[in-house]
Amino acid sequence: MSKPFTPKVVTANALLEGDVVYLTADDRWSRLLSEAEVIEDAAHGDLRVLHGSSQADVVVGVYLIDVALEDGVPQPTHFREEFRTRGPSNYNHGKQAELV
Amino acid sequence: MYQYNDFDRDFLAERNAQFRAQVERRIDGSLTEDEFKPLRLMNGLYLQLHAYMLRVAIPYGTLNAGQMDVLADVADKWDKGYGHFTTRQNIQYNWPKLRDVPDMLDALGEVGMHAIQTSGNTIRNVTADHFAGAAKDEVADPRPTAELLRQWSTDHPEFQFLPRKFKLAVTGSKNDRAVIKAHDIGIRLLTRDGVEGYEIIVGGGLGRTPMIGKVLREFLPKADLLPYCEAIVSVYNLLGRRDNKYKARIKITVHENGIETIRDLVEERFALLKPQFGGVDQEMLKGIEAQFALPEFTTGSVAAFKDAYHNDPVFRSWADTNLTAHKNDEYSIVSISIKKHGQTPGDATSAQMREMAAIAREFAHNELRISHEQNVILPHVHKSHLPAIHARLKAADLATANIGKISDIIACPGMDYCALATARSIPVAQQIATRFDELKLEHEIGDLKIKISGCINACGHHHVGHIGILGLDRAGVENYQITLGGDHTETAAVGERAGPGFAYDEIVPAIERLIGAYLEHRENDAERFIDAYRRLGLAPFKAALYPEAKANAA
Repeated sequence: MSKPFTPKVVTANALLEGDVVYLTADDRWSRLLSEAEVIEDAAHGDLRVLHGSSQADVVVGVYLIDVALEDGVPQPTHFREEFRTRGPSNYNHGKQAELV
Repeated sequence: MYQYNDFDRDFLAERNAQFRAQVERRIDGSLTEDEFKPLRLMNGLYLQLHAYMLRVAIPYGTLNAGQMDVLADVADKWDKGYGHFTTRQNIQYNWPKLRDVPDMLDALGEVGMHAIQTSGNTIRNVTADHFAGAAKDEVADPRPTAELLRQWSTDHPEFQFLPRKFKLAVTGSKNDRAVIKAHDIGIRLLTRDGVEGYEIIVGGGLGRTPMIGKVLREFLPKADLLPYCEAIVSVYNLLGRRDNKYKARIKITVHENGIETIRDLVEERFALLKPQFGGVDQEMLKGIEAQFALPEFTTGSVAAFKDAYHNDPVFRSWADTNLTAHKNDEYSIVSISIKKHGQTPGDATSAQMREMAAIAREFAHNELRISHEQNVILPHVHKSHLPAIHARLKAADLATANIGKISDIIACPGMDYCALATARSIPVAQQIATRFDELKLEHEIGDLKIKISGCINACGHHHVGHIGILGLDRAGVENYQITLGGDHTETAAVGERAGPGFAYDEIVPAIERLIGAYLEHRENDAERFIDAYRRLGLAPFKAALYPEAKANAA
């Protein structure tokens, strides 16, 4: 039996600003993980990565991350992705400062 | 110090114009990211976790006050008002925007600074002893040699696509402060029977396979430096492995082929290359050496220093810890700690940069240095100025008396910034420094090197720390391995792994137990941690780190 599929989100960095972005269901790149499209099957995930990667004039380094749903809102499961939703721990810079 | 000539200025302006056009072509879609990435890396631009990062070289760690001011201006204008000084004498800006980078490079170019070859598989920024030109124990100033190597390696057509990155370090002193044995080529200036030359060490490096460099030539006549280095790099360029990134550094080439084979190949190649140099390099070196003439030292009473030393305990503590003997007895070398307890090692705000520049201009012959230990140095200070400098530093939050102590930690940016990192480094360093400051044990513990890397690539030099900490990702959680007994000096050694790693919230208590064991077991307070470790071996420290293992065995 194959492993159950973990929900996923497409992420990248914005080409001009470099900051972390997530692909939404309506094909936008959002700064907020909460707005990301949660992908529930592998084939759709591959398609969405392809779709994201085709926008080389907007984003860099498109990939899938694992998420867990909490009250329907995606949360990162790995600490690296958790840091990416926030910013560095030594200064109040990045998303933790800009998105409040 | 070295002043750019018209050739240097034109070269840099042209290179910056090229990169500006490359950025434009990336933005308008003419270049893909795959095409653009090697171009941006050649110009020091990375894409990290949260943003781009621009790494600017400070060749051999030397800069003047005007250059430091521009580093501050760049931080204010295009970044978040601070910069991070690195273990390879670079400064990193963590928040530039892609469109702004060409302007940043132009601003830096105005004062003869650049980001060329601070990344990519090329010869990187040439580093040197941060006390160069000032140290009492120095045979000769390593910086003219380092500048010659910088000019030779910059845009060298044969060496733009090496199997992997390539790092050079130069020291002019037997006491190695430039970690030359952990570099691809380490160079030590020396004289033999009154003749100037170099000891050439090759194949050192940290990373996933740490190696201490081996002596390739015990004595290389001064005039042979460039053809000999060119021979080494070209032998490596052909022989180095391109099939496996993890085996591509010259340390593996030397290890797999043997130092004798490498030596034979280098000598053979050197014989071919030597005649091609024809002495022009030595003429250039003479010109460079003239530019590194020492400042005109002043002379005068040092009574103000002595008075402050006797009457002000805070000044005395700082003087005892942060000053180093200068070759001129009336002078001192001042190390400015940019590691106040709880701050990020190596970070300075733009205001601090400007204040350090102002102090250098006013009191210290206009010169500053950046150390690989992520501090700032005033190399030439007449002792009479020390009390005034200390007061100014105190006001700028720059007077922490911790050089060489437990809170003078090297830490890579780790997973707070770096895309390669597997765990955070900075908060671990901050917490260790804060904890031992609370305990008021720092000066009791004495000299100690803690070095922290947030991944196996070892930018934080953990292998050569007396206590090394390596942050890893173990099953999706941060985990920290401790190594003990590393040495970054002329007696370089790679530390030994103490045992299983510690969780993020366990690492600081583990270090505290380790230090407790040292304080308990040392013969007297003159025996440093590293000396106690060498005398006692791993056992008592291991017992302190893993008390439960001891309990289970009992």
